Amino acid sequence: MNTNISRRNFVKAGAVAGMGLGLAACGGNSGSSDGSSSDTIKIGLMGPYTGDVAQYGLACRYGAELYVKQVNSNGGINGKQIELDTQDEKGDATEAVNVYNKLVEDGVVGIIGDVTSTPTIAVAQASVKDNMPCVTPSATAADVISYGKNYFRACITDPYQGKLMADFAADQGYKTVGVIYNQGGDYEQGVADAFIEEAGKKGVTVSDSEGYPSGATDFNSQLTNIIATNPDAIFSPNYYQDDGKIVTQARKLGYTGVFMGADGWSNIVGGDEEYASAEDLEGCYYDCSFVSENEDEKVQDFIKAYKDEYNDTPSNFCALGYDAAMILLNAIETVEKDGKATYGSDDYKQAIVDAVASGTANGVTGDISYSGTGDPVKSTLIITFKGGAQEVFKTVEGK
Amino acid sequence: MTASKATTAQAGTPAASGYRSLSMPMRYLINAILVVVFLVVGELMIDGGVVSRYQTGVIEQIGIYIILAVSLNIATGYLGQLPLGHAGFMSVGGYSCAIFIMRMMDVVGVTARDFVTGSPAAVGLFVIGIIFGGVCAAICGLIIGVPALRLKGDYLAIITLGFAEIIRVVMQNIDGVLGFTLTGGAKGLTGIPSYTNFLNTFIVVAISLFLIHTMMKSRHGRAILSIRDNEIAAESCGVNTTYYKTLAFVASAFFAGVAGGLYAGCIGVMAPAKFGFMKSIEILVMVVLGGMGSMLGSVISATVLTILPEALRAVSDYRMVVYAVVLILVMIFRPEGLLGDYDFSMSRVIERIMNHGKRPEDFAPATTPAVEAVATAVASGAPSATTEKDTGKEASTHE
Repeated sequence: MNTNISRRNFVKAGAVAGMGLGLAACGGNSGSSDGSSSDTIKIGLMGPYTGDVAQYGLACRYGAELYVKQVNSNGGINGKQIELDTQDEKGDATEAVNVYNKLVEDGVVGIIGDVTSTPTIAVAQASVKDNMPCVTPSATAADVISYGKNYFRACITDPYQGKLMADFAADQGYKTVGVIYNQGGDYEQGVADAFIEEAGKKGVTVSDSEGYPSGATDFNSQLTNIIATNPDAIFSPNYYQDDGKIVTQARKLGYTGVFMGADGWSNIVGGDEEYASAEDLEGCYYDCSFVSENEDEKVQDFIKAYKDEYNDTPSNFCALGYDAAMILLNAIETVEKDGKATYGSDDYKQAIVDAVASGTANGVTGDISYSGTGDPVKSTLIITFKGGAQEVFKTVEGK
Repeated sequence: MTASKATTAQAGTPAASGYRSLSMPMRYLINAILVVVFLVVGELMIDGGVVSRYQTGVIEQIGIYIILAVSLNIATGYLGQLPLGHAGFMSVGGYSCAIFIMRMMDVVGVTARDFVTGSPAAVGLFVIGIIFGGVCAAICGLIIGVPALRLKGDYLAIITLGFAEIIRVVMQNIDGVLGFTLTGGAKGLTGIPSYTNFLNTFIVVAISLFLIHTMMKSRHGRAILSIRDNEIAAESCGVNTTYYKTLAFVASAFFAGVAGGLYAGCIGVMAPAKFGFMKSIEILVMVVLGGMGSMLGSVISATVLTILPEALRAVSDYRMVVYAVVLILVMIFRPEGLLGDYDFSMSRVIERIMNHGKRPEDFAPATTPAVEAVATAVASGAPSATTEKDTGKEASTHE
């Protein structure tokens, strides 16, 4: 009997403590809205740091934190230190909206984020009414920038990649191309659709287009159909785990032609695991903004700084996070130097938005500028595989 | 809760028992006043800026999860089945409500701005949209309910789980396969006007709880409870079990659809990937944690579990660990849920005060009809001899 009562009391105490925590957290937030003093600049950093897509969120976060750290150690902007307000949203649109509202309440003047497409769209819709300057490192969905002029992205879009690879296929002289893509993914579908459309315009015949459901591990039936049409190349714009299996299985089926991919291929070699063998990948192409084999000086500097900081090799997402931070902070620097708008005011935010739109950032994923929309104009690399290593095949300038 | 019903039945003969009870209109009046007071206080606090936008957003989500948890409670707590497809009904309601409102906006000439200002046309559209979402979900509930409810326990769980997955896959592929623009495929439905606010969420929650409560108090509700307690006994008493099981299931789906409609307006983006198995489990956790069959329990646990991840932002990286630990602790120390099957009744509390803290069973032997006794499985009636004596005393003191 006694133990029962104590348990009950324990639960009651737990419930009370939980409620108390909740109230305390809710109560605590309202007070902090005017917390940022004039000698710091507060910007928000949001993304999925737990959950299914945490790997991308964390990569972006490390990149952005590295840039902010570099700026701060160089004396900050206009003598002011940058203060990052970092919030996790678990890759969930609901939480992303909460995080956005919280950041606004905390008095940030700009946001780096969000990372994945759906939550970013939710944030983009919410941010229009505040005209909050936001730069997403990696959300590729077309919608993200369509709600207001305040949203920018550092990465190239899915349709742009599809178009780019179709142009590349035409340049390479491929006559017929097969397409295999994940039907359950917005990224894969977006790239594949744009590829097929552009290929039609460039006179490249898409001999067969096969979709597969998310989570599939056996692609033999789709590949058999594609290989039966005898294409010059197969376009596989999926994530590297799938691409690795697709390439391996196609080689087993006797396909010897070229594979092309999009930036989902980034980690196919050189990571913890080899997803396809060097021989199978030889001579395949994919497009990407960042690869650690790029010999460009600023890329190598970034890689060195990243290694010193985190003891790890940066991925494409780290580089995009770094560039997104650079885009936003460059714009803030312009506004601060101009000195007309008071910190935190609506004019200040508008000035940042204008500065991002008219500025240029010499990012590690290419020189980034904007031409009237939130889509960047930047160069893209075509990567190829040679003897198991990646190398830059050519650089396609942005238009 | 059954006790209060019993007293209402006896309310016509108060002289016999001496128990002072509230008349039915009085009870409704008290509760209606309470709801209005809460609503006005809440609205004033939001307008006055006491509750910030971030907190308002969280409160709206609490409302949505309250409807979801209470509606799942109909099927789980009251009917005693274990459906695992609640997220499926939520997504059907959300999509259909959002699509309906978005399409009708042009037809009736309502802009996104009107939802903020609350023009009559926008209010009308919102009401019809929410009901439309609920009806669509209810139809899905009917389609799945009729075959699925022939099964019990694990089998029902699996078939509903499968059905929710089917809904998700249909949402994902319906555009591509049938070749029209409806759900937006894998990238989700975007640009949903933010028609959800504190005011209408509160009203919808209040109406939903009222409807569910009164349904469970009615003859139909008793029949549903009797099926939970002993299906064979219920059937032998003339309860049409198939009909009532389907009714409960469809009602559960209807309110899930209503919540889905609110959710779509709250977040502004509907992505099929978010309505998977885990969402159903999340809602089920709320029901189980609050206590199966307790409406107040569902309300409390939906509130706590929605606030908890937000409140724990202070411990950022560890918050999901804390969340899990809280769930485990509650289930270890309180396996029947926070409130078990206890339910709160404002009128009962007032009656207790009116009768100086005495319960109705202290006054008169409750002779409940046999069917109702089976239906409620509540041992009302205390030993008649002693109570009669007590009643006599009480009656004299009151007079």
